[in-house]
Amino acid sequence: MLTDIVFWVLAVIAVAAGVAVFVVDSMARATYALAASFVAVGLSLLLMNLEFIGVITVLMMVMEMAIMAIYMIMFMGMNPALMPMNMVHSAKGALSVAVGTFAVLATGALFIPWPSRRGVTGTDLTVALGEALMGPKMLVMITVSPVLFATIVAAIVLAAPSGRYDRLGDDLRRRSATARRPEGVQR
Amino acid sequence: MNAVEIVQVSAAWAPLGALLLLALATVATGLDGAIAARAAGHPWQQGLRLPWAETARLLRQRRRTTVAADRLLWRTAGAGLLVTALLKIVVVPLGAWTLSDMSVGLVWFNAMDILVWALVWLAGWGPNSAHSLIGGYRFLGQALSYELPLMFALTAPATAAGSLRVGDIVTAQQGLWFIVWMPVAFLVFCAALMGFSVWGPFSTPFGADIAGGVLAETSGIDRWLLLAGRWALLTAGSAFGVTLFLGGGAGPVLPAWLWVLVKTGILLAALVLLRRRLPALRPDRIAAAAWLVVLPLVLLQVLIVSVVVVGRG
Repeated sequence: MLTDIVFWVLAVIAVAAGVAVFVVDSMARATYALAASFVAVGLSLLLMNLEFIGVITVLMMVMEMAIMAIYMIMFMGMNPALMPMNMVHSAKGALSVAVGTFAVLATGALFIPWPSRRGVTGTDLTVALGEALMGPKMLVMITVSPVLFATIVAAIVLAAPSGRYDRLGDDLRRRSATARRPEGVQR
Repeated sequence: MNAVEIVQVSAAWAPLGALLLLALATVATGLDGAIAARAAGHPWQQGLRLPWAETARLLRQRRRTTVAADRLLWRTAGAGLLVTALLKIVVVPLGAWTLSDMSVGLVWFNAMDILVWALVWLAGWGPNSAHSLIGGYRFLGQALSYELPLMFALTAPATAAGSLRVGDIVTAQQGLWFIVWMPVAFLVFCAALMGFSVWGPFSTPFGADIAGGVLAETSGIDRWLLLAGRWALLTAGSAFGVTLFLGGGAGPVLPAWLWVLVKTGILLAALVLLRRRLPALRPDRIAAAAWLVVLPLVLLQVLIVSVVVVGRG
């Protein structure tokens, strides 16, 4: 009973905050509405006794949104994102795609014959998760991690003010120039 | 020393936990006030009144509003710091009792200190004021520096105990406190603790050079909540440090719950006394040191702990 109430409250918050992302007119509100939506999803994972995944979802999503707010405001083109602004582009097309996707996924979730559980859950799901990640799924992890990491580093190298454009000039032809601002531990 | 069995108590005890947290935070604020009064040439007893005097002053103050403020986010963020501190102590055992003995208590604490990222930035964003916003950005800048070393510092006790459950980490320290063989992790934790409390050397987001930064446009209860929230975060963090590294309730003669309070008080007092000896750290300068020096050191600490754990079998 209590679990049902908590589930429904979290579900309503997750969906309502998700809708709010597109309704509000401020970059900060949109970002943190998305964070609130993810936090509700993370907390509802606790209802399935997936404690580690639930709490880590809250952790990652809040951290991610805090960083995302900076990037969105920093790179929002000529529009100073500190002002109120519309959060949607090409609203009609986006809305139809979104509603269509939701309908397909919801229909699938409701009508699929869900398999019954085979075997029993381990006593410690966090340990089971860790063993799966470090064991059979290790190949996936060691492939994905360097790619993600390289992407992040490449993006920062391109975007950082003391990055390659600063050192190498606008056409990247200048060689061995120093950064405009000192960097590293010694500065 | 007898092993203390950690038991989960009813949620009805939560208000008592909150009261203890606020009481310890008040004592720390009073101590800080006393030191400040002495440094200014006044009798130190005057400073002890600081938390009460400030509270009385701020509660009578009118609330300030600014043009086009994002009031929803501003107020949420203002109240959030104190709430976060209260959510943190949910997993901190007071001797044998804990409010939540969840299996991932350590990750819960970490998730709560990530909430501070959002809250401080939002508190800076809310009033629609340049100085406040700069304060918010300063905090995220320093958060990027302290958070990763903090995460690995938290990993060390968890590795040694073989569990993310805070109760297991306390039990694993019976006989030898973790501070003895993971001093680097403890020091990094203490630095990060000042970081997520936006306090001491990490208080530039509230700096006088930007007119108070995140505090700039606040008055009355809003200002009180931010200030009290920082002290509460510092206290909650100290209590967690005691739990992770200083043996929790372990100690002779006194009961376990009292030892937790005493040790938390000592750690808090040490931080307050140390505060005036440390310079303010510029967020843009600590990044390189944090990532190139501190992070490898704390990783080395985790490696040593892991080797010891594997060696013990």
